[in-house]
Amino acid sequence: MAFYVVQFLTGLASAASLFLVASGLSIIFGVTRIVNFAHGAFYMIGAYIAFTLTERFSGAFGFWGGVVVAALAVALIGVLVEMVLLRRIYHAPELFQLLATFGLTLMVEDLVVLVWGPDDLVGRRAPGFRGAVDFFGQNIPSYDLFLIVLSPVVLGILWLLFQRTRWGVLVRAATQDRDMVAALGVNQKWLFTSVFAVGVFLAALGGALQIPRDAVHHAMDLRIIVDVFVVVVIGGLGSIVGAFVAAVLVSELNAFGILIFPKISIILVFLVMAVVLIVRPWGLFGKPEAAARKTPGLTVNPWRPLTSNERLASLAALVITATLPLFAGNYALTVGSEIAIFVIFAVSLHFLMSVGGLASFGHAAYFGLGAYGVAFLAKMAGLPMIVCLLLGPLLGCMGAAVFGFFAVQLSGVYFAMLTLAFAQIVWSIAFQWVSVTGGDNGILGVWPEKWAASPSHFYWLALGVAALVTIALRVMVFSPFGYALRATRDSLLRTEAVGINAKRIQWTAFVIAGTTAGIGGALFAYLKGSVFPDNLGISLSVDALVMVLLGGVETVSGGVIGAIVYKALNIWLVSQTDLSKLVLGGFIVLIVVVFPKGIVGMLEMLSQRRRKASPPGSPLIAKPIESAE
Amino acid sequence: MKLTVQDLNSHYGPAHILFDIGFEVGEGEVVALLGRNGAGKSTTFRSVVGLVAQRSGRIMFEGKDVSARPTHEIVRDGLGYVPEERRIFTDLTVEENLEVGRQPKRPNAPHWTREKLFALFPNLGEMKNRPGGRMSGGEQQMLTIARTLMGNPSLVLLDEPSEGLSPKIVEQMVDAILTMKKEGVSIVVSEQNLHFARLISDRAYIIERGRICFGGTMAELDSRPDIRDAHLSL
Repeated sequence: MAFYVVQFLTGLASAASLFLVASGLSIIFGVTRIVNFAHGAFYMIGAYIAFTLTERFSGAFGFWGGVVVAALAVALIGVLVEMVLLRRIYHAPELFQLLATFGLTLMVEDLVVLVWGPDDLVGRRAPGFRGAVDFFGQNIPSYDLFLIVLSPVVLGILWLLFQRTRWGVLVRAATQDRDMVAALGVNQKWLFTSVFAVGVFLAALGGALQIPRDAVHHAMDLRIIVDVFVVVVIGGLGSIVGAFVAAVLVSELNAFGILIFPKISIILVFLVMAVVLIVRPWGLFGKPEAAARKTPGLTVNPWRPLTSNERLASLAALVITATLPLFAGNYALTVGSEIAIFVIFAVSLHFLMSVGGLASFGHAAYFGLGAYGVAFLAKMAGLPMIVCLLLGPLLGCMGAAVFGFFAVQLSGVYFAMLTLAFAQIVWSIAFQWVSVTGGDNGILGVWPEKWAASPSHFYWLALGVAALVTIALRVMVFSPFGYALRATRDSLLRTEAVGINAKRIQWTAFVIAGTTAGIGGALFAYLKGSVFPDNLGISLSVDALVMVLLGGVETVSGGVIGAIVYKALNIWLVSQTDLSKLVLGGFIVLIVVVFPKGIVGMLEMLSQRRRKASPPGSPLIAKPIESAE
Repeated sequence: MKLTVQDLNSHYGPAHILFDIGFEVGEGEVVALLGRNGAGKSTTFRSVVGLVAQRSGRIMFEGKDVSARPTHEIVRDGLGYVPEERRIFTDLTVEENLEVGRQPKRPNAPHWTREKLFALFPNLGEMKNRPGGRMSGGEQQMLTIARTLMGNPSLVLLDEPSEGLSPKIVEQMVDAILTMKKEGVSIVVSEQNLHFARLISDRAYIIERGRICFGGTMAELDSRPDIRDAHLSL
């Protein structure tokens, strides 16, 4: 019994940091509508700076002062980031903000290694809380007890701040209607900056307070950010009480999941999140979001099929690409095959995002399922390659059919989070069901048959499939189904009012995108000769998002260019520099700020400019405008 | 002149909405902007306070050109705006809604306090702690006006204050607007309801399809039934 109580208390103590970071994320989202991916990075910097300060200055004053100063210093960094970067992109589509903050995260991961080195750093114990309390023969660290008390205190302070101060009233008002707050004479710029500072302070404090419990390392940002997303989604975005309750819930699930359901401990949290999202899409304490007054996105050009000249140009580009094996070596061909496969992956997500308006954060699940499908068929059933390639993607198709059915019931950020949760569930199954999937060791020896074994043959195969997939999806965009899908994207209500079953259309699109991703995954399994849980991991899902946004989400086929540029740059950078994440992150941030419409969108705009002498007042760089929407 | 608008043109994306709008408001005057649904009344107001991004023209408020300035600065200078959709903060209580609107005292404008506003709108005083979302339409309309008055404006743009209200509440609204006028607030009120406008206004402009097509005193408008019938639905 005592053991369970101690386990419960350990869970509560872990909830403290989670709550601090999650409440910060929630506050920032509430007002700025930015899902701040960099929140984990701020948490991590908080931990690193607190480590340095507490090492340098000894004693109680040194420790507690160091923790607070670290949080303040990071809040200051947050203010700089907000003023220099985020202010420029408040008007960009919400995914761009996610992309920009993701770029920041990449940069920070390399920067902390530069400054503090790659090794784990073990911090000091907190003065006054070094010992442990005996509880019926079980030890509870007294620092855990401190953290257990701290979170309700912070919750109380935040409650007072939001209910009892003018700043809090303004923030709550802005959460609901930013324009109206401006129309009452409040300077939104500084309101946003202050909100961001408070949110970042909380994240950094959460990180700084972790140092007596856990080693500081350069991957702690991604580890917490996933949990934090889960917490804010379960609790309800924008609700601080919700963040508190959900942080406790998630921490306890983690603490007891290991004991009670060791087999599914990792996915337990995501299962709960999926259930919450399906039953109560706006979270336990959130409010259903009022239908956003969305101004229709004014695309640069209305979408149209390629003209015959453009078709010829595309064909020529394809033919030139196909000549690569005539002069390039094996390494270049393998890279080329990989890029072609990622083109397939990217166009599948691009189809879902730009045509369907559904931004999936877990698209790698279907890519990975396709890869595992091939591995199962090839290794267990021993089927020939061509059969595997045809049937393997069906696993992605089935996964997309099941998960997609639930996912399309939601929209916007919640859709993104649910797809993330599903992907995480699939990943955990692949990771934990060792007897079937091989777990972390993966499934090895999935090699192509002779006819496709040489790098040049495999390259042609991958290129051919990529071209076919891209053409098929393009044709679909300009088919009646494509029109219906675009209608659901632009206005769900009106679509249903003209007699289209919007959910079924979206579901169909989800399955198409999932199957296509599965095709990419199937080829990928043969390219690498093996399948690992990483093939359906979060980082791969994020890669796909970056490729799509880089290419331009408002374009018909920007994913192709996005995939080529991102993947090529990625592979090249890793070979050239140890700081590839820093460079890549900087590149992403630059793209978002300077070319918010992606590479293809930018090219389209330039060509349009050349055609017309005077462009219609749409500046290349989104101007930072006060009012919001 | 308190407010002078000249050559105001506004666009929503590719659509040209307002064409060379011009009107004037004198110190302490109540001016009506009359027009049918979709004539451009709300867009005119939104353009004046800078909520429409694509606009051009001159907007002189108290002798200063404010057309290039952000919304919150224009409002802080004393140009209050009451939107048609009311846009009450539904999660905030009546008192908190008023707090959002609060701005420092201004020398050239009447100073409004909570107490004074609760005297002007007695209904609000009885529900200080009620969330805005649980109020009737009429109560919300009073709250949105009171909220703007908390900023101590010297001029208020009132967008369709009588829309959707019961006759009894409309009467209260007339009293409130006349009190505001007596206190020295200049008012531009947009209306479809000529009867309501006549009760409160000194002068009127008629807007039709984004253009001003009449400007004059209420008596002049009454002497031109042709204009009245052509541009206003009665």
